[in-house]
Amino acid sequence: MDPKAFVLGMSALGAGLAIIGVMGAGAGQGYAAGKGAEAVGRQPEARGAIMSTLLIGVAIAETTAIYGLLVAIILLFANPLIGKL
Amino acid sequence: MDFSNKKLAILFRVGDANVYLTNTLVSTWTIGLVLIALAFVLRLMYMKRYQDAPASGSLQNVLELAVETMSNFVTSTLGHNLTGLGGYFFGVFVFIIISNFSALVGLRPPTADLSTTLALALNTFFLTHFLGITRQQGEYFKEYVNPVFIFLPIHLIGEISKPISLSFRLFGNILGGVIILGLLYKALPILLRFAVPDVLHLYFDLFAGSLQAYIFTILSMTYIRSKAEGSE
Repeated sequence: MDPKAFVLGMSALGAGLAIIGVMGAGAGQGYAAGKGAEAVGRQPEARGAIMSTLLIGVAIAETTAIYGLLVAIILLFANPLIGKL
Repeated sequence: MDFSNKKLAILFRVGDANVYLTNTLVSTWTIGLVLIALAFVLRLMYMKRYQDAPASGSLQNVLELAVETMSNFVTSTLGHNLTGLGGYFFGVFVFIIISNFSALVGLRPPTADLSTTLALALNTFFLTHFLGITRQQGEYFKEYVNPVFIFLPIHLIGEISKPISLSFRLFGNILGGVIILGLLYKALPILLRFAVPDVLHLYFDLFAGSLQAYIFTILSMTYIRSKAEGSE
């Protein structure tokens, strides 16, 4: 078998697996947004503060998902493993 | 498919390495020129017709609204001691948001390149620690060995990871949008390309773009405030 084909196929599989990590960030952000909506419902006058806190928290929770996405993107479009053959 | 930054021409040589004119450079310069021209035009028009009590709906009103909104935002996030940084953060915010929107006119967004976002994040990093050292002096170094000396490596890793996560968040969001829209444009038949991707442009460029610009500025301000004022 052509080793390049094997590495490329495995890289595509790895990219797909890396994207699974995004699932957790989605669940976490949804939970945070739900709690934020609850807080606004309980205290509508604190809407601005809750919104900015929620956005910061959601952005930080998103970081792990972005790392997964970057791993997938690097494996697909800038594969470092091909050069090692 | 190739979503990488395209090298258009060789600008100059440093030793053996070529410095290329890339898509990112072209769009960064375009955006910079547009922003500078806009600033000049607004400044000249604004100074010429300055009024103490401008008519409602006039340009001066709109500009004052923008500046005042940003000023309130900076004061509430950074505290009263650091409001001098408002101009810098207004510039960063406007640059990032215009960069993210620039995908709408067919440019490659400069923020889809790690160099741009890493440069912005490193600005924040150095500003954070410079202000931390000058404002807090001894207290700044004490925070690294808080509560005991063993925690020093953890604090150091935490500080180093801040610019990395700050830059990768913006970069990943915008690059993800660029790649998804690029794939969609290639997949659709030509007639549908005028209609279908609009919704995704609305989400990836306008919504995620403005959200990421907001998050970048507010996180930078939070980091700076926490170092410049101490944790208490």
